[in-house]
Amino acid sequence: MSEPSLDPILEQEGTFLESSEMVLQMGPQHPSTHGVLRVILKLDGERVRDVECVIGYLHRGVEKIGENRTYVMFAPYVDRMDYIAAVSNGLGYCLAVERLIDVEAPARAQVVRVIFAELNRISSHLLWLGTHALDLGAMTPVFYTFREREEVLKIFESYCGARLTTHAFRIGGLQYDLYDGFEEQTSAFCQSFVHRLDEYERLLTGNRIWRDRLKDVGILSASDCKRYSVTGPLLRAAGVPFDLRRAQPYSGYEQYDFNIPTRDAGDCFDRYAVRMQEMRQSVRIIEQALERIPRGPIIAKVPKILKPPPGEVYVSIEAPKGELGYYIVSDGSDQPYRVRVRPPSFLNLQALRQMARGVLVADVVAILGTIDFVLGEVDR
Amino acid sequence: MQAVPWEGELPRRLLSGDPEGVIACRSYLGQNFVEVRPEAVIRVLAFLRDAEQFDFLTDLTAVDRAHDPQRFEIVYFLYSVTHNQRLRVKTHVSLEQEPASITGLFPAADWLEREVFDMFGIRFAGHPDLKRILLPDEWQGFPLRKETSILAMDQDWVRNNLNIESGQ
Repeated sequence: MSEPSLDPILEQEGTFLESSEMVLQMGPQHPSTHGVLRVILKLDGERVRDVECVIGYLHRGVEKIGENRTYVMFAPYVDRMDYIAAVSNGLGYCLAVERLIDVEAPARAQVVRVIFAELNRISSHLLWLGTHALDLGAMTPVFYTFREREEVLKIFESYCGARLTTHAFRIGGLQYDLYDGFEEQTSAFCQSFVHRLDEYERLLTGNRIWRDRLKDVGILSASDCKRYSVTGPLLRAAGVPFDLRRAQPYSGYEQYDFNIPTRDAGDCFDRYAVRMQEMRQSVRIIEQALERIPRGPIIAKVPKILKPPPGEVYVSIEAPKGELGYYIVSDGSDQPYRVRVRPPSFLNLQALRQMARGVLVADVVAILGTIDFVLGEVDR
Repeated sequence: MQAVPWEGELPRRLLSGDPEGVIACRSYLGQNFVEVRPEAVIRVLAFLRDAEQFDFLTDLTAVDRAHDPQRFEIVYFLYSVTHNQRLRVKTHVSLEQEPASITGLFPAADWLEREVFDMFGIRFAGHPDLKRILLPDEWQGFPLRKETSILAMDQDWVRNNLNIESGQ
């Protein structure tokens, strides 16, 4: 990256002024850090020389709590990691424990799980889109995206009584069956939502300011993604069509017809474009799922006291932010011996250093936005 | 159900390629893992990354097997995009041992190793900046070790800060 020319007069006189590095603390209470993240910026004028993230402000010891609770008791805790996408957290945990005790959720439960996971992907991306636009100075989109997000949250609320930390699923299936009118409400949402997406795109995609702020900013190439174990929309924006719903399907995702959107440049704009396309694909999946909700039981036969045989399992799903994995070690008792959560945000945030070297301070805000991390998940 | 031996081409290549370093190749619930000696970790991981396309470090963590003299089990989660396969590499180290950092092979291991150090107190030799990551720098102890009890921590805190018994 070429150095920006300083004031030519100062440069001629050479020793008149020396540029020196400045350290700027961004956060922990900076609005663009979406939570409590401290970013230490080493600056040369407006240019970022180096970045260090200080995390842990939201650490609650989720993994330690897991070792002190039974398998069933721990399930609601996982919702509190990525609280924007609690359904995905719960799904991953349920799938991991089900694998450990060799139980499969009934067909009806699997389809319902897919619908809720995709609705949650939409609501997570909507929150990201609104707040990210707000960070970059576009005030309008956040009102629109929160309007649509509200419709999704109302569906969650009607289903299980909670809007964010839903605890929608149980080990082995579902606790509640679908409520009356669920299909109509969800399909009405899907129908209107694709037009809303067009609206957002009219506001943003061709917008000169939006493009100037995002194009060629924070480039992360496919090989860098691999080096830093970056997954999710960041990886797909770099041109790698990796999506666990396709690569290692779970909950019957192999039966649905959907595309994996990818882009090539791996910059902030491509990450935006990929997420916009993903919401359209989620709508497609939901519409297909709504047509094929089978009748039948909603939960498999699961013993009252869960004591998985000694052993270990790693199960991961495609959460809205990337690969969310659970590594559970059982010692044969009713409490996990060790629960490890592989949080997508933690590893994606680590790549900030790679992306932010050499950019302008204002671009750090754009990059932080398009990483789309949730501190509750980074810190656990 | 017990872990069964993992048969196939790859485990054979692993065992024959590094008979001193690789202890066993096993499989549980269809998930494969390789047990290696701590000094062979870098060698085996480099072989898997370069020759077998296991070039994506999904995760890195540890498990405290408190009754084992080699009490810490370090687990490396590898994924191969080319083969769409997962593989875990495991090694056991004692309290005094310092396993080698793999940040040279996988830069992503930087924060992951820091977290393992933060939670278990395992020091990775050669890590560029090994310090606490989630807990405050002045924190005493390592929470994910089995001797750390959250109940005792709660009782101590209440006793020291409120001068009463917590009753939990």
